[in-house]
Amino acid sequence: MIELRNQSTLSVRALFALHHGPYSLEINSGSCVVITGESGAGKSVFLRMIADLIPNAGQVFLDGKERNSFAPSEWRKQVTYIAAESGWWAKTVKEHFTDLEMAYYWLPKFNLKEELLDADVVQLSTGEKQRMALIRAFSSKVRFLLLDEITSALDPKSVIVVEQCIQELQKQNIGILLVSHNMEQVKRLATSHYQLITDQLVLCS
Amino acid sequence: MNGYIHLSFIDLSLAVSLLLLITVLSVILSIGIGRTVIIAAVRLVLQLLLVGFLLLKVFAVQSFWCSLLVVFVMMLAASREIVARLKSGVQWRWSLGISGTVTGIVTLIVSFVALNTALRPEPWYDAKYFIPLTGMILGNVMSAASLSLKGLLDMVQREQKVIEARLALGHTRRETFNPLVRQAVVMGIMPLINQMSAAGIVTLPGTMSGQILAGMNPFDAAKYQILLLIIISSAGIMAAIGVSFLAVLRLTDNRDRLRIDRLFK
Repeated sequence: MIELRNQSTLSVRALFALHHGPYSLEINSGSCVVITGESGAGKSVFLRMIADLIPNAGQVFLDGKERNSFAPSEWRKQVTYIAAESGWWAKTVKEHFTDLEMAYYWLPKFNLKEELLDADVVQLSTGEKQRMALIRAFSSKVRFLLLDEITSALDPKSVIVVEQCIQELQKQNIGILLVSHNMEQVKRLATSHYQLITDQLVLCS
Repeated sequence: MNGYIHLSFIDLSLAVSLLLLITVLSVILSIGIGRTVIIAAVRLVLQLLLVGFLLLKVFAVQSFWCSLLVVFVMMLAASREIVARLKSGVQWRWSLGISGTVTGIVTLIVSFVALNTALRPEPWYDAKYFIPLTGMILGNVMSAASLSLKGLLDMVQREQKVIEARLALGHTRRETFNPLVRQAVVMGIMPLINQMSAAGIVTLPGTMSGQILAGMNPFDAAKYQILLLIIISSAGIMAAIGVSFLAVLRLTDNRDRLRIDRLFK
Protein backbone atom coordinates (compact mmCIF):
# COMPACT_ATOMS: atom_id res chain seq x y z
CA MET A 1 0.00 0.00 0.00
CA ILE A 2 2.69 2.48 0.97
CA GLU A 3 5.10 2.38 -1.89
CA LEU A 4 8.39 4.08 -2.33
CA ARG A 5 7.95 7.18 -4.43
CA ASN A 6 10.18 8.34 -7.24
CA GLN A 7 13.12 10.56 -6.56
CA SER A 8 12.08 14.17 -7.01
CA THR A 9 13.26 17.71 -6.39
CA LEU A 10 11.49 20.85 -5.31
CA SER A 11 13.40 23.97 -6.27
CA VAL A 12 12.44 27.40 -5.08
CA ARG A 13 13.96 30.24 -7.07
CA ALA A 14 13.91 33.86 -5.90
CA LEU A 15 10.50 33.56 -4.33
CA PHE A 16 9.26 36.78 -2.73
CA ALA A 17 6.21 38.61 -1.47
CA LEU A 18 5.74 42.09 -0.07
CA HIS A 19 8.40 42.61 2.68
CA HIS A 20 9.66 39.01 2.39
CA GLY A 21 12.36 37.35 0.33
CA PRO A 22 13.66 36.68 -2.23
CA TYR A 23 14.35 33.15 -1.04
CA SER A 24 15.97 30.31 -2.98
CA LEU A 25 16.17 26.75 -1.79
CA GLU A 26 16.38 23.22 -3.12
CA ILE A 27 14.87 20.18 -1.40
CA ASN A 28 15.28 16.59 -2.49
CA SER A 29 12.78 13.90 -1.74
CA GLY A 30 13.71 11.91 1.35
CA SER A 31 15.47 14.80 3.01
CA CYS A 32 14.32 16.97 5.89
CA VAL A 33 15.19 20.62 5.60
CA VAL A 34 14.57 22.55 8.81
CA ILE A 35 14.14 26.31 8.98
CA THR A 36 14.52 28.22 12.22
CA GLY A 37 14.29 31.92 12.96
CA GLU A 38 12.68 34.45 15.24
CA SER A 39 8.91 34.81 15.34
CA GLY A 40 7.76 37.21 12.70
CA ALA A 41 10.80 36.56 10.52
CA GLY A 42 8.52 35.18 7.82
CA LYS A 43 8.96 31.43 8.13
CA SER A 44 5.25 30.69 7.74
CA VAL A 45 5.02 33.21 4.93
CA PHE A 46 7.80 31.33 3.14
CA LEU A 47 6.03 27.96 3.41
CA ARG A 48 2.71 29.48 2.39
CA MET A 49 4.35 31.09 -0.63
CA ILE A 50 5.70 27.73 -1.77
CA ALA A 51 2.23 26.18 -1.46
CA ASP A 52 0.90 29.18 -3.44
CA LEU A 53 -1.56 30.07 -0.67
CA ILE A 54 -0.62 33.74 -0.64
CA PRO A 55 0.23 36.06 -3.55
CA ASN A 56 3.91 35.81 -4.41
CA ALA A 57 6.38 36.30 -7.23
CA GLY A 58 9.27 34.11 -8.32
CA GLN A 59 9.31 30.50 -9.38
CA VAL A 60 8.96 27.06 -7.88
CA PHE A 61 9.70 23.90 -9.82
CA LEU A 62 8.70 20.34 -9.09
CA ASP A 63 11.02 18.05 -11.05
CA GLY A 64 11.68 20.81 -13.55
CA LYS A 65 8.00 21.61 -14.07
CA GLU A 66 7.01 25.16 -13.21
CA ARG A 67 4.32 25.65 -10.58
CA ASN A 68 1.98 27.61 -12.85
CA SER A 69 1.71 24.66 -15.22
CA PHE A 70 -0.13 22.78 -12.44
CA ALA A 71 -3.74 23.53 -11.52
CA PRO A 72 -3.64 25.15 -8.04
CA SER A 73 -5.35 22.17 -6.38
CA GLU A 74 -3.00 19.71 -8.16
CA TRP A 75 0.02 21.65 -6.96
CA ARG A 76 -1.16 21.69 -3.36
CA LYS A 77 -1.93 17.98 -3.41
CA GLN A 78 1.72 17.33 -4.25
CA VAL A 79 3.27 20.15 -2.23
CA THR A 80 1.10 20.25 0.87
CA TYR A 81 1.25 22.88 3.59
CA ILE A 82 0.15 21.98 7.12
CA ALA A 83 -0.50 24.85 9.49
CA ALA A 84 0.39 25.08 13.18
CA GLU A 85 -3.29 25.19 14.01
CA SER A 86 -5.57 22.78 12.18
CA GLY A 87 -8.90 23.71 10.60
CA TRP A 88 -11.90 21.35 10.46
CA TRP A 89 -15.03 21.77 8.35
CA ALA A 90 -17.20 18.69 8.95
CA LYS A 91 -18.71 17.19 12.09
CA THR A 92 -16.90 13.86 12.42
CA VAL A 93 -13.18 13.27 12.02
CA LYS A 94 -13.73 10.66 9.34
CA GLU A 95 -15.41 13.06 6.93
CA HIS A 96 -12.13 14.94 6.57
CA PHE A 97 -10.29 11.98 5.09
CA THR A 98 -10.21 11.08 1.41
CA ASP A 99 -8.00 8.01 1.82
CA LEU A 100 -9.13 5.92 4.81
CA GLU A 101 -6.77 3.07 4.03
CA MET A 102 -3.88 5.48 4.43
CA ALA A 103 -5.42 6.69 7.70
CA TYR A 104 -5.60 3.12 9.13
CA TYR A 105 -1.94 2.62 8.26
CA TRP A 106 -0.78 5.76 10.03
CA LEU A 107 -3.09 5.95 13.08
CA PRO A 108 -1.17 3.43 15.23
CA LYS A 109 2.15 4.96 14.22
CA PHE A 110 0.89 8.32 15.50
CA ASN A 111 -0.29 6.64 18.69
CA LEU A 112 -3.95 7.33 17.87
CA LYS A 113 -6.88 4.93 18.30
CA GLU A 114 -8.91 3.96 15.25
CA GLU A 115 -12.14 4.78 17.11
CA LEU A 116 -11.17 8.42 17.00
CA LEU A 117 -12.07 8.46 13.30
CA ASP A 118 -15.75 8.09 14.21
CA ALA A 119 -15.59 10.75 16.92
CA ASP A 120 -16.72 14.33 16.47
CA VAL A 121 -13.94 16.81 15.91
CA VAL A 122 -14.88 18.74 19.06
CA GLN A 123 -14.16 15.64 21.17
CA LEU A 124 -10.50 15.56 20.14
CA SER A 125 -7.77 17.22 22.19
CA THR A 126 -5.52 19.81 20.57
CA GLY A 127 -2.73 17.28 20.30
CA GLU A 128 -4.96 14.63 18.76
CA LYS A 129 -6.32 17.16 16.27
CA GLN A 130 -2.83 18.20 15.27
CA ARG A 131 -1.76 14.59 14.63
CA MET A 132 -5.00 13.87 12.75
CA ALA A 133 -4.38 16.95 10.60
CA LEU A 134 -1.04 15.42 9.58
CA ILE A 135 -2.52 12.04 8.65
CA ARG A 136 -5.31 13.76 6.74
CA ALA A 137 -2.71 15.35 4.48
CA PHE A 138 -0.91 12.10 3.63
CA SER A 139 -2.30 11.09 0.27
CA SER A 140 -0.73 8.98 -2.42
CA LYS A 141 -0.06 12.17 -4.38
CA VAL A 142 2.02 13.99 -1.78
CA ARG A 143 5.67 14.54 -2.75
CA PHE A 144 6.65 17.32 -0.38
CA LEU A 145 5.25 18.34 3.00
CA LEU A 146 5.61 21.87 4.32
CA LEU A 147 5.22 21.55 8.08
CA ASP A 148 4.69 24.77 10.03
CA GLU A 149 5.60 24.30 13.71
CA ILE A 150 3.42 21.22 13.84
CA THR A 151 4.79 19.94 17.14
CA SER A 152 4.53 23.17 19.12
CA ALA A 153 1.19 22.18 20.72
CA LEU A 154 2.23 18.60 21.53
CA ASP A 155 3.50 17.01 24.74
CA PRO A 156 7.12 15.72 24.70
CA LYS A 157 6.03 12.10 24.15
CA SER A 158 3.85 12.97 21.16
CA VAL A 159 6.63 15.10 19.73
CA ILE A 160 8.87 12.03 19.55
CA VAL A 161 6.04 10.00 17.98
CA VAL A 162 5.50 12.62 15.30
CA GLU A 163 9.23 12.87 14.64
CA GLN A 164 9.44 9.13 14.10
CA CYS A 165 6.61 9.40 11.57
CA ILE A 166 8.42 12.21 9.80
CA GLN A 167 11.44 9.95 9.50
CA GLU A 168 9.31 7.18 8.08
CA LEU A 169 7.87 9.61 5.52
CA GLN A 170 11.43 10.44 4.52
CA LYS A 171 12.14 6.74 4.03
CA GLN A 172 9.14 6.62 1.68
CA ASN A 173 10.91 9.33 -0.29
CA ILE A 174 8.74 12.24 0.71
CA GLY A 175 10.58 15.53 1.09
CA ILE A 176 10.06 17.51 4.29
CA LEU A 177 10.43 21.24 4.84
CA LEU A 178 9.95 21.89 8.52
CA VAL A 179 9.71 25.13 10.46
CA SER A 180 10.72 24.63 14.07
CA HIS A 181 11.63 26.54 17.21
CA ASN A 182 13.08 23.56 18.99
CA MET A 183 16.85 23.23 18.57
CA GLU A 184 16.78 19.66 19.91
CA GLN A 185 14.31 18.80 17.17
CA VAL A 186 16.60 20.36 14.58
CA LYS A 187 19.43 18.12 15.77
CA ARG A 188 17.22 15.03 15.65
CA LEU A 189 15.65 15.60 12.24
CA ALA A 190 17.51 18.02 10.00
CA THR A 191 19.44 16.75 7.02
CA SER A 192 20.14 20.42 6.43
CA HIS A 193 19.34 23.44 8.57
CA TYR A 194 18.70 27.02 7.46
CA GLN A 195 18.21 30.08 9.55
CA LEU A 196 15.92 32.84 8.35
CA ILE A 197 17.50 36.15 9.31
CA THR A 198 16.41 39.52 7.92
CA ASP A 199 14.87 38.04 4.81
CA GLN A 200 17.76 35.75 4.01
CA LEU A 201 18.08 32.01 4.27
CA VAL A 202 21.43 31.24 5.84
CA LEU A 203 22.73 27.68 5.75
CA CYS A 204 23.94 26.48 9.15
CA SER A 205 26.45 23.69 9.34
CA MET B 1 -61.35 47.98 -7.92
CA ASN B 2 -64.38 50.22 -7.86
CA GLY B 3 -64.50 53.07 -5.43
CA TYR B 4 -61.75 52.68 -2.88
CA ILE B 5 -62.16 54.56 0.37
CA HIS B 6 -60.84 58.10 0.19
CA LEU B 7 -58.95 59.09 3.31
CA SER B 8 -59.17 62.69 4.42
CA PHE B 9 -56.53 64.36 6.55
CA ILE B 10 -58.96 64.13 9.46
CA ASP B 11 -58.94 60.33 9.14
CA LEU B 12 -55.15 60.36 9.16
CA SER B 13 -54.98 62.58 12.23
CA LEU B 14 -57.30 60.20 14.06
CA ALA B 15 -54.75 57.41 13.46
CA VAL B 16 -51.97 59.73 14.55
CA SER B 17 -53.74 60.54 17.81
CA LEU B 18 -53.73 56.83 18.63
CA LEU B 19 -49.97 56.84 18.34
CA LEU B 20 -49.78 60.00 20.44
CA LEU B 21 -51.82 58.29 23.12
CA ILE B 22 -49.34 55.42 23.17
CA THR B 23 -46.48 57.88 23.45
CA VAL B 24 -48.11 59.62 26.41
CA LEU B 25 -48.63 56.23 27.99
CA SER B 26 -44.98 55.43 27.43
CA VAL B 27 -43.99 58.63 29.24
CA ILE B 28 -46.32 57.86 32.16
CA LEU B 29 -45.07 54.28 32.46
CA SER B 30 -41.51 55.50 31.79
CA ILE B 31 -40.84 52.90 29.13
CA GLY B 32 -38.78 55.47 27.27
CA ILE B 33 -39.77 54.66 23.71
CA GLY B 34 -41.69 57.91 23.12
CA ARG B 35 -38.91 59.73 21.29
CA THR B 36 -38.06 56.81 19.03
CA VAL B 37 -41.69 56.18 18.13
CA ILE B 38 -42.35 59.84 17.34
CA ILE B 39 -39.26 60.18 15.16
CA ALA B 40 -40.16 57.02 13.26
CA ALA B 41 -43.75 58.13 12.82
CA VAL B 42 -42.75 61.60 11.61
CA ARG B 43 -40.38 59.99 9.09
CA LEU B 44 -43.14 57.64 7.95
CA VAL B 45 -45.58 60.48 7.37
CA LEU B 46 -43.14 62.81 5.64
CA GLN B 47 -41.49 60.17 3.46
CA LEU B 48 -44.71 58.57 2.30
CA LEU B 49 -46.49 61.85 1.61
CA LEU B 50 -43.45 63.03 -0.34
CA VAL B 51 -43.30 59.79 -2.30
CA GLY B 52 -47.02 59.87 -2.95
CA PHE B 53 -46.71 63.40 -4.27
CA LEU B 54 -43.69 62.52 -6.42
CA LEU B 55 -45.40 59.45 -7.86
CA LEU B 56 -48.43 61.57 -8.71
CA LYS B 57 -46.16 63.76 -10.83
CA VAL B 58 -44.31 60.82 -12.39
CA PHE B 59 -47.56 59.06 -13.28
CA ALA B 60 -48.78 62.25 -14.93
CA VAL B 61 -45.62 62.61 -17.04
CA GLN B 62 -45.82 58.96 -18.19
CA SER B 63 -42.31 58.91 -19.63
CA PHE B 64 -40.13 55.78 -19.76
CA TRP B 65 -36.95 57.66 -18.89
CA CYS B 66 -38.55 59.45 -15.99
CA SER B 67 -39.74 56.13 -14.49
CA LEU B 68 -36.34 54.56 -15.08
CA LEU B 69 -34.66 57.44 -13.25
CA VAL B 70 -36.94 56.92 -10.25
CA VAL B 71 -36.21 53.18 -10.29
CA PHE B 72 -32.49 53.84 -10.59
CA VAL B 73 -32.51 56.08 -7.53
CA MET B 74 -34.42 53.38 -5.61
CA MET B 75 -31.84 50.78 -6.62
CA LEU B 76 -28.98 52.98 -5.46
CA ALA B 77 -30.68 53.44 -2.10
CA ALA B 78 -31.21 49.67 -1.79
CA SER B 79 -27.55 48.88 -2.62
CA ARG B 80 -26.36 51.47 -0.15
CA GLU B 81 -28.58 49.91 2.50
CA ILE B 82 -27.06 46.46 1.84
CA VAL B 83 -23.57 47.85 2.35
CA ALA B 84 -24.62 49.80 5.44
CA ARG B 85 -25.73 46.58 7.14
CA LEU B 86 -22.30 44.95 6.71
CA LYS B 87 -19.61 45.13 9.37
CA SER B 88 -17.26 48.09 9.27
CA GLY B 89 -14.20 46.08 8.16
CA VAL B 90 -15.51 45.57 4.64
CA GLN B 91 -14.32 47.68 1.69
CA TRP B 92 -17.39 49.69 0.74
CA ARG B 93 -16.46 50.19 -2.91
CA TRP B 94 -16.37 46.51 -3.72
CA SER B 95 -19.34 45.56 -1.58
CA LEU B 96 -21.34 48.38 -3.18
CA GLY B 97 -20.19 47.14 -6.57
CA ILE B 98 -21.34 43.60 -5.83
CA SER B 99 -24.67 44.55 -4.27
CA GLY B 100 -25.37 47.21 -6.90
CA THR B 101 -24.68 44.87 -9.81
CA VAL B 102 -26.88 42.12 -8.43
CA THR B 103 -29.67 44.46 -7.31
CA GLY B 104 -29.75 46.20 -10.67
CA ILE B 105 -29.64 43.12 -12.89
CA VAL B 106 -32.08 41.01 -10.86
CA THR B 107 -34.62 43.78 -10.35
CA LEU B 108 -34.64 44.86 -13.99
CA ILE B 109 -34.87 41.32 -15.36
CA VAL B 110 -37.63 40.24 -12.98
CA SER B 111 -39.73 43.38 -13.36
CA PHE B 112 -39.32 43.28 -17.15
CA VAL B 113 -40.52 39.66 -17.23
CA ALA B 114 -43.40 40.37 -14.85
CA LEU B 115 -44.54 43.44 -16.75
CA ASN B 116 -44.43 41.76 -20.13
CA THR B 117 -46.05 38.46 -19.21
CA ALA B 118 -48.17 38.51 -16.10
CA LEU B 119 -49.33 42.07 -15.72
CA ARG B 120 -49.16 43.50 -19.26
CA PRO B 121 -50.02 47.14 -18.69
CA GLU B 122 -50.17 49.34 -21.79
CA PRO B 123 -47.45 50.54 -22.37
CA TRP B 124 -45.45 47.95 -20.42
CA TYR B 125 -43.43 50.64 -18.63
CA ASP B 126 -46.60 52.37 -17.38
CA ALA B 127 -45.30 54.07 -14.24
CA LYS B 128 -48.42 53.05 -12.31
CA TYR B 129 -47.26 49.42 -12.48
CA PHE B 130 -43.54 49.76 -13.15
CA ILE B 131 -42.60 51.75 -10.06
CA PRO B 132 -44.63 49.98 -7.34
CA LEU B 133 -43.72 46.56 -8.73
CA THR B 134 -40.03 47.43 -8.89
CA GLY B 135 -40.26 48.81 -5.38
CA MET B 136 -41.70 45.58 -4.06
CA ILE B 137 -39.11 43.49 -5.87
CA LEU B 138 -36.34 45.78 -4.66
CA GLY B 139 -37.40 45.48 -1.04
CA ASN B 140 -37.12 41.71 -1.18
CA VAL B 141 -33.95 41.71 -3.26
CA MET B 142 -32.42 44.03 -0.71
CA SER B 143 -33.24 41.94 2.33
CA ALA B 144 -32.21 38.63 0.69
CA ALA B 145 -28.98 40.06 -0.74
CA SER B 146 -28.15 41.78 2.50
CA LEU B 147 -28.65 38.67 4.66
CA SER B 148 -26.68 36.48 2.25
CA LEU B 149 -23.80 38.84 1.77
CA LYS B 150 -23.50 39.56 5.48
CA GLY B 151 -23.76 35.85 6.27
CA LEU B 152 -21.12 34.91 3.74
CA LEU B 153 -18.64 37.59 4.78
CA ASP B 154 -19.09 36.74 8.46
CA MET B 155 -18.49 33.05 7.74
CA VAL B 156 -15.42 33.67 5.61
CA GLN B 157 -13.96 35.93 8.27
CA ARG B 158 -14.72 33.47 11.04
CA GLU B 159 -13.57 30.38 9.17
CA GLN B 160 -10.43 31.67 7.51
CA LYS B 161 -8.39 28.88 9.04
CA VAL B 162 -10.75 26.19 7.82
CA ILE B 163 -10.84 27.63 4.32
CA GLU B 164 -7.06 27.82 4.18
CA ALA B 165 -6.74 24.28 5.52
CA ARG B 166 -8.98 22.97 2.74
CA LEU B 167 -7.18 24.90 0.03
CA ALA B 168 -3.82 23.72 1.40
CA LEU B 169 -5.01 20.11 1.16
CA GLY B 170 -5.68 20.63 -2.52
CA HIS B 171 -9.43 21.16 -2.45
CA THR B 172 -10.56 23.33 -5.32
CA ARG B 173 -12.05 26.74 -4.83
CA ARG B 174 -15.44 25.27 -5.64
CA GLU B 175 -15.22 22.38 -3.16
CA THR B 176 -14.02 24.77 -0.47
CA PHE B 177 -16.56 27.54 -0.89
CA ASN B 178 -19.62 25.58 -1.96
CA PRO B 179 -20.81 24.81 1.61
CA LEU B 180 -20.37 28.46 2.58
CA VAL B 181 -22.28 29.71 -0.45
CA ARG B 182 -25.06 27.23 0.23
CA GLN B 183 -25.37 28.38 3.86
CA ALA B 184 -25.32 32.04 2.86
CA VAL B 185 -28.05 31.53 0.26
CA VAL B 186 -30.22 29.69 2.79
CA MET B 187 -29.79 32.55 5.28
CA GLY B 188 -30.85 35.04 2.62
CA ILE B 189 -33.94 33.25 1.36
CA MET B 190 -35.27 31.95 4.68
CA PRO B 191 -37.64 34.91 5.22
CA LEU B 192 -39.00 34.47 1.68
CA ILE B 193 -39.53 30.74 2.15
CA ASN B 194 -41.27 31.40 5.47
CA GLN B 195 -43.41 34.08 3.88
CA MET B 196 -44.49 31.75 1.08
CA SER B 197 -45.24 28.82 3.39
CA ALA B 198 -47.14 30.88 5.94
CA ALA B 199 -49.08 32.95 3.41
CA GLY B 200 -52.81 32.72 4.01
CA ILE B 201 -52.54 30.49 7.05
CA VAL B 202 -50.71 32.63 9.53
CA THR B 203 -50.85 35.95 7.76
CA LEU B 204 -52.75 37.56 4.96
CA PRO B 205 -49.94 39.06 2.90
CA GLY B 206 -49.84 42.83 2.53
CA THR B 207 -51.01 43.21 -1.02
CA MET B 208 -53.95 40.88 -0.59
CA SER B 209 -55.08 42.57 2.62
CA GLY B 210 -54.65 45.94 0.97
CA GLN B 211 -56.70 44.99 -2.05
CA ILE B 212 -59.46 43.40 -0.02
CA LEU B 213 -59.59 46.56 2.10
CA ALA B 214 -59.76 48.55 -1.11
CA GLY B 215 -62.75 46.53 -2.26
CA MET B 216 -61.35 43.75 -4.46
CA ASN B 217 -62.93 40.30 -4.52
CA PRO B 218 -60.85 38.02 -2.20
CA PHE B 219 -60.30 35.33 -4.84
CA ASP B 220 -58.94 37.82 -7.35
CA ALA B 221 -56.89 39.39 -4.57
CA ALA B 222 -55.44 35.93 -3.79
CA LYS B 223 -54.44 35.36 -7.42
CA TYR B 224 -52.81 38.74 -7.52
CA GLN B 225 -50.94 38.00 -4.31
CA ILE B 226 -49.71 34.63 -5.62
CA LEU B 227 -48.31 36.28 -8.68
CA LEU B 228 -46.56 38.95 -6.67
CA LEU B 229 -45.14 36.57 -4.07
CA ILE B 230 -43.73 34.30 -6.74
CA ILE B 231 -42.19 37.22 -8.57
CA ILE B 232 -40.59 38.75 -5.50
CA SER B 233 -39.41 35.38 -4.14
CA SER B 234 -37.73 34.51 -7.43
CA ALA B 235 -36.04 37.87 -7.39
CA GLY B 236 -34.89 37.42 -3.79
CA ILE B 237 -33.48 33.94 -4.45
CA MET B 238 -31.65 35.14 -7.54
CA ALA B 239 -30.19 38.02 -5.55
CA ALA B 240 -29.05 35.77 -2.70
CA ILE B 241 -27.26 33.46 -5.14
CA GLY B 242 -25.86 36.38 -7.11
CA VAL B 243 -24.23 38.24 -4.22
CA SER B 244 -22.82 35.04 -2.72
CA PHE B 245 -21.15 33.99 -5.97
CA LEU B 246 -19.80 37.44 -6.74
CA ALA B 247 -18.43 37.78 -3.21
CA VAL B 248 -16.60 34.43 -3.46
CA LEU B 249 -15.28 35.44 -6.87
CA ARG B 250 -13.88 38.60 -5.36
CA LEU B 251 -12.49 36.78 -2.31
CA THR B 252 -10.46 34.33 -4.38
CA ASP B 253 -8.04 34.64 -7.27
CA ASN B 254 -6.98 32.65 -10.32
CA ARG B 255 -4.60 30.49 -8.23
CA ASP B 256 -7.44 29.50 -5.85
CA ARG B 257 -6.12 31.56 -2.95
CA LEU B 258 -8.25 33.05 -0.20
CA ARG B 259 -7.89 36.80 -0.66
CA ILE B 260 -9.43 38.38 2.42
CA ASP B 261 -7.52 41.54 1.49
CA ARG B 262 -9.62 41.98 -1.65
CA LEU B 263 -12.87 42.61 0.23
CA PHE B 264 -11.83 43.50 3.76
CA LYS B 265 -9.76 46.50 4.88
